[in-house]
Amino acid sequence: MPENIAFLAQLVLTGIVLGSVYSLVALGFVLIYKSTSILNFAQGELLMFGAYVCLTFIVGFQVPYIWAFLLTLAFSFILGVMVERVMLRPMIGKPIISIIMLTIALSVVLRSLMQIFWGTETKVFPPTFSDVPIRFLGLFIAEIHLFSLIFAVACVILFVRFFKFSSAGLAMRVTAFDQQIAQTLGINIKRIFALSWAISAIVSSIGGIILGNINGINNSLAAMGLKVFPCIILGGLDSVVGAIVGGFFIGVLENLAGGYLDPVFGGGVKDVAPFVFLVIMLMIKPYGLFGKVHIERL
Amino acid sequence: MPCGLFHTAYQTDERIYKSIWVKAWLVAFGLFLLLLPLFVRDYVLYISNMIYIFVVGAIGLNILTGFTGQISIGHGAFMAVGAYASAILTTKLGLPFWISLPCAGFFAAFTGMIFGIPSLRIKGLYLAIATLAAQFIIEYTIIHWERLTNGITGMSVPSPSLFGFVFDTDKKFYYLLLGFAALAVITGRNLFRTRVGRAFIAIRDRDISAELIGVDIFKYKLLAFGISSFYAGVAGSLWGHYTNVITPEHFTIVLSIDYLAMIIVGGLGSILGTVLGVIFMILIPEFLTTVAVLLKSTFGEITTLISAIKGLVFGLTIVLFLLFEPDGLSEIWRRTRDYWNLWPFSYR
Repeated sequence: MPENIAFLAQLVLTGIVLGSVYSLVALGFVLIYKSTSILNFAQGELLMFGAYVCLTFIVGFQVPYIWAFLLTLAFSFILGVMVERVMLRPMIGKPIISIIMLTIALSVVLRSLMQIFWGTETKVFPPTFSDVPIRFLGLFIAEIHLFSLIFAVACVILFVRFFKFSSAGLAMRVTAFDQQIAQTLGINIKRIFALSWAISAIVSSIGGIILGNINGINNSLAAMGLKVFPCIILGGLDSVVGAIVGGFFIGVLENLAGGYLDPVFGGGVKDVAPFVFLVIMLMIKPYGLFGKVHIERL
Repeated sequence: MPCGLFHTAYQTDERIYKSIWVKAWLVAFGLFLLLLPLFVRDYVLYISNMIYIFVVGAIGLNILTGFTGQISIGHGAFMAVGAYASAILTTKLGLPFWISLPCAGFFAAFTGMIFGIPSLRIKGLYLAIATLAAQFIIEYTIIHWERLTNGITGMSVPSPSLFGFVFDTDKKFYYLLLGFAALAVITGRNLFRTRVGRAFIAIRDRDISAELIGVDIFKYKLLAFGISSFYAGVAGSLWGHYTNVITPEHFTIVLSIDYLAMIIVGGLGSILGTVLGVIFMILIPEFLTTVAVLLKSTFGEITTLISAIKGLVFGLTIVLFLLFEPDGLSEIWRRTRDYWNLWPFSYR
């Protein structure tokens, strides 16, 4: 394979791995937006919370990996329900700016609490995967990346199936479609709100554990939560399919921009390219590829 | 409204000084602020100066978010544009502060209007995300346009001077900043007695209705972005010339969130609230730092913890205000004032 094509392919491959995690987090994001119309700025903190809790179980309490993982999911579930119950339920019907500000404040509170508990230094998971990269069609992929990709994709498929076929998932979709209809059908929409937050927290914490395993955990993990915005704007704020497509697309875009534009602009393009794309997207197609187009009529 | 005050004409109802007492109190308060530097330490002056700078910026954000209803999570970045524009104009082109300051305002206004363009098609949540993107893009540009901005090392900015009089101490700057803060309050308050200001409020209350009664929505939304960013730019310029050094670290998303917190805690759509909010949000961290210094003798070194606790208090303050006092400090102020107006009688 010629060198420049190999470079491109390598970038795309790493992008897909990153994108799979974005998809996962974006899924959690869209879930909250769909059923409760809340834009959650604290998604990154939910992600970080999952990573820290899992790490604490593994390193602090010497719990085996799989149990630590399940316990983390349980903790995230509780956190999600608590956040919804204590902070967001009183905000139902309040103006958008208040709700946005509340989730921003929530992110500050969660981040500070985690800083108090776990400090600010980067913490790493004990190595579970070998450092030797796997050769695949002449490209290199780290074992942990391959595992992350498979795992993230599996989770995405699992959650999509959950929405499609389980009765709780059906109830959530009805609530997202129309809250009044859901109520007439006997769905307890307050419970659905809590469930949405809980599942969103769970999905994010899985993303957090994956990223924590790849890069280690510190405050910058929370910034991942903001990176999700370009993904969901591309896919459409209220589309599950859009979140998944958007996640992969932004992951690849970010890596390509980093690989090809960094030498031109002097580094750091990776972090800003998704947002440039976001602004362009908002100007030409604000409701994304799969989002419901919002038309106001009198 | 105090009792015994009956307005019979629209003109009198729109007056800023509703009664002679309001005017008297304001004059007294103004005198107090003018005489303050004679009695207090430099530390207090420093805090007051920061409050004045942020009053200018926060009034800008409240014009956009509180009065026009357009959410902005990029106000800190527009402040950065002003600060850097002013720094570059004074250091690289050698312009005096008095010219670079309005230029900084116009640069910021221009940038703000560019990022306000998406507001034509999108609003609410989508606009919040667009301004968030503005924050990141501007931050990136400042860090990486090294030839102009020196990148992350930052720029040093000269102190302003007027006919040989250099504003280089806290005390000298105090009066300069007091003047600008007063100007911002006066222009902000009066803006909403004009046609433009009423158009802003109409857009906030119901944009479709506003369009039906003949408000050109796009024009006024862009104008709101422009005016708001102009205030931010002026505040940024003042900050740069006051602290004499600016780095990109000053203008991260944290600053934008600080601004939002100030107007939320103060009260959306209230100039008085903005001032109260700025004072409140600047004093809280200072108060915590003082407490930390006092506790140092008993608990030892806790500086790492204190920054986390500051964040926690900051976040909880916003949450508690949103849950229990959504109209902010201005509402508390109004209630307190009404209570004492008729005290000791409980009915009006």
